[in-house]
Amino acid sequence: MSGRVLVGVKRVIDYAVKIRVKPDNSGIVTDGVKHSMNPFCEIAIEEAVKLKEKKLIKEVVAVSCGPQQSQETIRTALAMGADRGIHVEVTGKDYEALGPLQVSKIMAALAKKEDAQLIILGKQAIDDDCNQTGQMTAALLDWPQGTFASEVALEGDKVKVVREIDGGLETIKINTPAVVTADLRLNTPRYATLPNIMKAKKKKIANMKPADLGVDLTSRLEVLRVDEPPQRQAGVKVETVDDLVAKLREAGTI
Amino acid sequence: MAAPLVRILSKSCRQLSRPWDAWQAGWRSTSHRPATDVASDQAGVSFPPLQTYSEEENMMREAVKKYAQERIGPFVSKMDENSVMDKEVLDSLFEQGLMGIEIDPEYGGTGSTFFSSILVIEELAKVDPSVAVLCDIQNTLINTLFSKLGTAAQKEQYLSRLSTDMIGSFCLSEAEAGSDAFALKTRAEKHKDYYVINGSKMWISNAEHAGVFLVMANVDPSAGYRGITCFIVDRDTEGLEICKKENKLGLRASSTCPLNFDNVKVPEKNILGQIGHGYKYAIGMLNEGRIGIAAQMLGLAQGCFDNTIPYTRQRVQFGKRIFDFQGMQHQISHVATQIEAARLLTYNAARMKEAGRPFIKEACMAKYFSAEVATLTTSKCIEWMGGVGFTKDYPIEKYYRDCKIGTIYEGTTNVQLSTMAKFIDKEYDH
Repeated sequence: MSGRVLVGVKRVIDYAVKIRVKPDNSGIVTDGVKHSMNPFCEIAIEEAVKLKEKKLIKEVVAVSCGPQQSQETIRTALAMGADRGIHVEVTGKDYEALGPLQVSKIMAALAKKEDAQLIILGKQAIDDDCNQTGQMTAALLDWPQGTFASEVALEGDKVKVVREIDGGLETIKINTPAVVTADLRLNTPRYATLPNIMKAKKKKIANMKPADLGVDLTSRLEVLRVDEPPQRQAGVKVETVDDLVAKLREAGTI
Repeated sequence: MAAPLVRILSKSCRQLSRPWDAWQAGWRSTSHRPATDVASDQAGVSFPPLQTYSEEENMMREAVKKYAQERIGPFVSKMDENSVMDKEVLDSLFEQGLMGIEIDPEYGGTGSTFFSSILVIEELAKVDPSVAVLCDIQNTLINTLFSKLGTAAQKEQYLSRLSTDMIGSFCLSEAEAGSDAFALKTRAEKHKDYYVINGSKMWISNAEHAGVFLVMANVDPSAGYRGITCFIVDRDTEGLEICKKENKLGLRASSTCPLNFDNVKVPEKNILGQIGHGYKYAIGMLNEGRIGIAAQMLGLAQGCFDNTIPYTRQRVQFGKRIFDFQGMQHQISHVATQIEAARLLTYNAARMKEAGRPFIKEACMAKYFSAEVATLTTSKCIEWMGGVGFTKDYPIEKYYRDCKIGTIYEGTTNVQLSTMAKFIDKEYDH
């Protein structure tokens, strides 16, 4: 086993920023807005770095697909402990149309190229909430997947994953190579300490284009329109339970 | 049949945010300044604006901002109330590499630059000026003194401790020697290969937790200030007494203690630099420390401002936001301008120092101005918050109390102004 783990890190609008829709409803405002690493990707990196610290794997490679600024996200991953980075350059219209299908094709190609033993991704990105990339990547590679992981344990050539599901927790054992997607409670990501930020400057980030990996970025989706959620309407106060039942019947909900 | 709209927008990013106490949400800087910082190696701009940072500086700033809000923020109020710096905060400062920013990695430090220290101090001060001053003294006074003046043995012994787990204190002031620092009376008598120090110091920051003290004592009072020498005194040295800390108006979490020296024996090898040159070192270090204090006051003002503006945008009286009243807008804009000016003075002084250019006058200006701006900002912020600004439930009154020391320590405002005047006088000397 190569002992190499690929971790996908996505550059998204920072979670504390108030999102604004463009006046022409074609998308959201991203210019000049604070961006940072997707929180679930931080958890993914943390898990990979932890595995390396336990000496269960040998190398953590951080991958990001996007424009020049994605390199900042990779640098943050390096500052958290990743060994090297790969920046797959995607710009302009291609970047706007970049979705789970395209990214999973890229990840699959990289996994083969880098002979990865494990791919760890965040369960979803906080901008599109797709929750698809991990699953698609596993399917393209025909690898097993352990999604919504709240616990990951490497046991020989298998991975034990405790998954958070609606009914509670499900524990599965899958063969490696495998894809794991990180859920919120998997770990608490470390802060990039200042000495590690300095060390990260010396780590390498390789540049490549999707074409170099033989990946076709054509999207099957077209964004028609983006709208803000409807304004919250005022509620109505009722005096008795009977009134409540009557109002619910009126609204057709019961 | 209507075509379904494709929504590629998450309803609210906040659903997935980490647990966040509502009160702590106020600590977050919610100002929506565009991220137009151009890395100095990009864009080919020959004279980039002062607020241009290298990628390293940007990353450091972001890392410290996040760390300060999440790991210091929750402790601030309690530390102020009890006048104690929490051990967890102290430990995490070392863990993050914030106590050895300029120290060489060979000694376990971060190996970064002076400007990075300034950015770190500013970010820490936005959350807690007490933590910022502890970090400032360590980095700009203690570490710099050891790095510049230490022998190989001294550096070996102390720098690696200072960057990983030991806090240092700088001991110059005495009860009868504040602004008139060189009137200090602490005596160091030479005996064979050691010195005996007797005297007392006052207003020593970090003393409660410091493991090493840099003590300015006079080996030859007849030589006046030319006898002042810098001694390295370990905490557990016999005869060194760290007295009860002061009960202060502000910066309460930062310990400020009197020290007594009762026949404290210090070996000759513990002299830092040269005998009789202590006064030079003190002046030199304080010139740099000045920029650090300017950064602290700047962060204080900005942090206070950032906690106040959201309130003014929410609070509605007479049917509109109080922010929308012209009187308020004028005051707010005035304060914002002052803060920006303080920032530029501070950053410029820091860059000048890094460039090896003379910077003393500019450092004085930065410290003097930032302290005044902090006073103005915090006073106005309480007013803008109205009644709630006056209560301890909101962080504003703490900033108000914390800022006052800015015009007093590390060179009072009057001393700064007089120093500047000396430079101005010389400028017209031809």
